[in-house]
Amino acid sequence: MTEKDKLIRKEFPILKNRNVIYLDNAATSQKPPCVIEAANQYYSMHNANPLRGLYELSVDATDAYENARKTVADFIGAARPEEIVFTRNASESLNLIAYSYARTFLKEGDEIICTIAEHHSNMLPWQQAAKATGAKLTYLYCEKDGTLTPEMLEEIISEKTKLVAVTQISNVFGRLNDIKGFAKVAHANGALLVADGAQSVPHVPVDVQDLDCDFMAFSGHKMFAPMGIGALYAKYDLLEKMPPFLFGGEMIEYVTTEGATYAEVPHKFEAGTVNVGGAVGLAEAIRFMQRFGWETITKREDELTAYAMEKMKEYPYVHVIGSDDPKEHHGILTFKLDGVHPHDIAAIFDEHGIAVRAGHHCAQPLMKYLGTLSTTRASLAFYNNKEDIDAFIETLMEIRKEMGYAE
Amino acid sequence: MQNNTFYNEVLTDHNLHPVHKHHLEGANFSLEGVNPSCGDDIVLSLKVEDGKIVDGAYEGDGCAISQASADMMLDLVIGKSKDEAQRLADIFLRMIKGTVTEEEMEELEEASILSDVSHMPARVKCAVLGWHTMQEMLEEV
Ligand SMILES: Cc1ncc(COP(=O)(O)O)c(C=O)c1O
Repeated sequence: MTEKDKLIRKEFPILKNRNVIYLDNAATSQKPPCVIEAANQYYSMHNANPLRGLYELSVDATDAYENARKTVADFIGAARPEEIVFTRNASESLNLIAYSYARTFLKEGDEIICTIAEHHSNMLPWQQAAKATGAKLTYLYCEKDGTLTPEMLEEIISEKTKLVAVTQISNVFGRLNDIKGFAKVAHANGALLVADGAQSVPHVPVDVQDLDCDFMAFSGHKMFAPMGIGALYAKYDLLEKMPPFLFGGEMIEYVTTEGATYAEVPHKFEAGTVNVGGAVGLAEAIRFMQRFGWETITKREDELTAYAMEKMKEYPYVHVIGSDDPKEHHGILTFKLDGVHPHDIAAIFDEHGIAVRAGHHCAQPLMKYLGTLSTTRASLAFYNNKEDIDAFIETLMEIRKEMGYAE
Repeated sequence: MQNNTFYNEVLTDHNLHPVHKHHLEGANFSLEGVNPSCGDDIVLSLKVEDGKIVDGAYEGDGCAISQASADMMLDLVIGKSKDEAQRLADIFLRMIKGTVTEEEMEELEEASILSDVSHMPARVKCAVLGWHTMQEMLEEV
């Protein structure tokens, strides 16, 4: 391990405590002590119900929560903090758009387009919204290597299209999609662009104003923050015209027995007591990433991906899904190993202390399109190192032998 | 490489060289068993005459545990009465739950090598797929 590796590893006690080689970062990342400590500090020093109390502690809690919102907004380049709605995760963020925006503004005859490469969380909400409104859901098919281009969207989009949903980085291919290009095509046809940032916000710099997407959803837990906190970015004027998603406390201004007027954006979308500890943890996770900087993070992830892919290529029984170019993977290596079922592959990795994911990766329509039921996925974070990859490769090359093949 | 793998030779052999994985001519009972979450999918076929399983086979796809388990099950139950097969299925399922005696386990012959699945919650469904399918089918016989 290099000195830098050691320095980074020190930030993740679980990697030592559990003696695990953790290669399932696309599912969730591990948490550094500064994040755990930030949540701890909040509950030890500032906890009260925010946004409602008139006493000092409640004001403290409100400040902690709203400062976190500002940190998140700055991190992804939002024009103002109010454009960030805190949610539980990317799935809830996408559902918020589907329930609040799509069910209000879409009608029969309209169309929603989503790609076949989407995670179920960026597909099922659209299926349901289409059913509820009578709009039609159309799938944009990627190429078998995951390629999706704005030109491909251009071919199927029409003036009927009102929403286009595209992941920025696919959790299967790891490919970075040209969200800016998709947004341009969507806008030129009078549609809005929903970007799923669940895999991109943790791994590449994101600037929502530059991308000009109308919505972006992501989860804290995939970027070193606690579970249970996520965010929806939306352009302010959209949030203003969208109706609330959930009703109850803290999202109202004035309530009578007949009805209510709603709080200002973004609070009208945050019914009930919010997750301040999570928001504070997410803000700290962002500062943690900023301390290392994108250059360190992306460089390490790219180098490790390239190193792993080079070794995998030397082994004829392994087939990596997606591009041949490591730069198009962002740490995500989904693969097939001839003759061995992904669940057995993952079980054998587990016997060797290596955590990888097997299954359909919450993308069953994509798996079907690729002609497979399931695959195995190793996914990296910048705390992984060369030793992790060596161990991964060494085990990978043993699996077929352990399963009774000659080589 | 360490050698304490769960995937021992008996298991991998049943997976790579199954005896009973084929189409069964003249089967009078057939049922599909599926684990949607992992994609294990088998069709179990039995030929039952006068309450006795005279032949059996399976087809389909899945992980080594689901496939080997079905193959070992058929090794065990072909030639046995329907009631005997049900009794063995009950023992197997209790073995996977971890509530079985040594003597009972011996009755399972090779299939007893799957007893460690009782400590592998993620793989329980794979191991029991064939057995559950057979149980369900024999209730109809
Ligand atoms: C591309 C993508 N979108 C959405 C999600 C859903 O994230 P969450 O489960 O945190 O809501 C995931 C996570 O698995 C993902 O990889």
